[in-house]
Amino acid sequence: MGFFEKLKKGLTKTKENLIGKIDNAIKSFTKIDEDLMDELEEILISADVGVSTSMELIDNLRESVRSKKMKDPKEVANELKELMKNILLEKKYEQKPEQEKPNVILVAGVNGAGKTTSIGKISKLLTSQGKKVVIAAGDTFRAAAIDQLEIWAKRAGADFVRQREGSDPAAVVYDAIVASKARSADYLICDTAGRLHNKKNLMMELNKIYRVIKRELPQSRVETFLVIDATTGQNAVNQAEVFSEAIDVDGIILTKLDGTAKGGIIFSIYKQLNIPVKYIGVGEQIDDLKDFDEEMFVNAMFAE
Amino acid sequence: MAIFEGLSSKLQDIVNKLKGKVRITEKDIKEVMREIRMALLEADVNYKVVKDFTNSVTEKALGSDVLESLTPGQQVIKIVYDEMTALLGGTTAKLTYSSKPPTVYMLVGLQGSGKTTSCGKIANLLRKDNKKPLMVACDIYRPAAIKQLQVVGSQLNIDVYAEENNKNAVAIAENAIKHAQRNGYDPVLIDTAGRLHINEELMQELRDMKAKVKPMEILLVVDAMTGQDAVNVAKSFSEELGIDGIILTKLDGDTRGGAALTVKTVTGKPIKFASVGEKLNDIEPFHPDRMASRILGMGDVLSLIEKAQESFDEKKALEMEQKLRSKGFDLNDFLEQMEEMQKMGPLDQLLGMIPGFDSKAMKGLSVDENRLKRIKAIIQSMTKKERSNPDIINASRKKRIASGSGTEVQDVNRLLKDFEQVNKLMKMMNKKGKRGLKGMKNMPFPF
Repeated sequence: MGFFEKLKKGLTKTKENLIGKIDNAIKSFTKIDEDLMDELEEILISADVGVSTSMELIDNLRESVRSKKMKDPKEVANELKELMKNILLEKKYEQKPEQEKPNVILVAGVNGAGKTTSIGKISKLLTSQGKKVVIAAGDTFRAAAIDQLEIWAKRAGADFVRQREGSDPAAVVYDAIVASKARSADYLICDTAGRLHNKKNLMMELNKIYRVIKRELPQSRVETFLVIDATTGQNAVNQAEVFSEAIDVDGIILTKLDGTAKGGIIFSIYKQLNIPVKYIGVGEQIDDLKDFDEEMFVNAMFAE
Repeated sequence: MAIFEGLSSKLQDIVNKLKGKVRITEKDIKEVMREIRMALLEADVNYKVVKDFTNSVTEKALGSDVLESLTPGQQVIKIVYDEMTALLGGTTAKLTYSSKPPTVYMLVGLQGSGKTTSCGKIANLLRKDNKKPLMVACDIYRPAAIKQLQVVGSQLNIDVYAEENNKNAVAIAENAIKHAQRNGYDPVLIDTAGRLHINEELMQELRDMKAKVKPMEILLVVDAMTGQDAVNVAKSFSEELGIDGIILTKLDGDTRGGAALTVKTVTGKPIKFASVGEKLNDIEPFHPDRMASRILGMGDVLSLIEKAQESFDEKKALEMEQKLRSKGFDLNDFLEQMEEMQKMGPLDQLLGMIPGFDSKAMKGLSVDENRLKRIKAIIQSMTKKERSNPDIINASRKKRIASGSGTEVQDVNRLLKDFEQVNKLMKMMNKKGKRGLKGMKNMPFPF
């Protein structure tokens, strides 16, 4: 199964839940009225699009109905889909230019979002392009997180730098920086322990890791990714905001998108925080992570 | 910042709006319900659950008793609170034990919801009841998942049953039960692999396991941050496997945990535990009434008191009270109190439970745990004499203490000033009240 098919399949439920419901709702209305608008708003909210983003979408929709003098509910449905597409197409992940080696990728997120697995998959993506990758085992807190990552590193064919559980993660990253330089690696990927964004000291610890990287590799391209579980509700917006303060998040890795009625949160994140999605994960296999392509996502989601 | 306001502060705004009113009209109630609806939706409570909730509250609030009561504002709040408590499950639910040991519990849930950590936490909790738990590693899929449970087990000193090379989770679970019977373990906690509720093959594995090990309870582990999809997760696990209870994890985050309302309503099964931190003892029985009052911004008074009781030694409190009455409070006591307090958990968590502590005002006010550490270091760098008689600390002593504790002289000064104030406060209280320290527990923290 190609990735597009997988993506389409993964999004089937989201589609059914969001687009399918919109189409169904439209069918039961013969004219455009407030009930229709309420119905549409409800559909958006129940797909995790979020209250404020949903309300904004509906307000814009009302405006369009007025200015374009729409009469047919079908037109309304298409207009809403256009508005939603536009949110995603407004912002695209812009790859910063490569500088001196190694390129650094720092991955962070709350507990259980899928950081370690995502790193395994990103590493595989890079090694299969012939890049030399070093992985830093920066999650020194969770039991057996280091072992878990080491297995992924082996699968991906990447070098692995680790210390003991409980050691200072910034020190692990520092070691990995030295190792990356010595082995002239193309990429250094740093894992970090899962942390809830409202824990001040843990966010400071994360910021320290970021500063160590910036200080030791001032000439390198540093990309910072926040991993978000697609099942997450509106809290994802808080996560993105606070993590951005600590590590200036460049892009989001949206994981577990192979499930059910989820992923609506992506609209909230685009709308409210303007952080683009860089990768999406649609399965448990090592190849199930790909660059996020807004067009492809929109096409898969809105495909007939 | 709008997105930072929790449900609690949102509802508090609403409640305040109603507070001043003598008479509430139907229009008032409608308006309030609209805001409650929005607040609950933003807290990720499922759409349908919200609808049912607001409908039933509106109905009750519209009853003539309320409208004609002298304090309709309070009445409406009470109805909201009562309904929310009822929705969350009424009273506290406990784990049930089998009459024929060992009692078997299965933990199931999505990837990353926190099964393995919860497994350790619950085993640890049950051990406090003089049980000899056994944890079973049945996550044969995720790399190092078995190792993770083993590490948790060794941290807690609780035995773990694992078969590294067995690729049949059901067989491992069966063997574990036999192992438990032979060696007198009870209860047995089975940690299963994370899975999507739509993954037919893996759901079948759970059904097979259930048929073989006949668990007393199947506990569904749910991340408190889950969005609208919580409804589907809860429904699928409940309908396809059957569950007996719910464990709500990551409640120490800033999510208001709307998922809690959803899963409880959808499954009809009680939430039995709340996981509230990264340490292995950060788990509590779930109290629906407290959760409801927390959501409504009434503070989690009961939790706070319970926590204080668990970690604060009665005898020490009595000693301290006597000391206070006889000659006053010295730096040794100050240090001791601080240590007791740290046992209770992170300070911001504790403060959040105090009623009247506006969650809005709390934002930005971060409690600096490091400052506590520094204060501890300073006191520990003092001699015994200095600690019991801080008046003798002169400039050169201060210098020595500062360098001994790795701080500045200003830090030492600040501590001494803080201490002086606490002491004044204590003396005042001592004169005033006969209740003394014991009645107040360890109240006066200067931070």
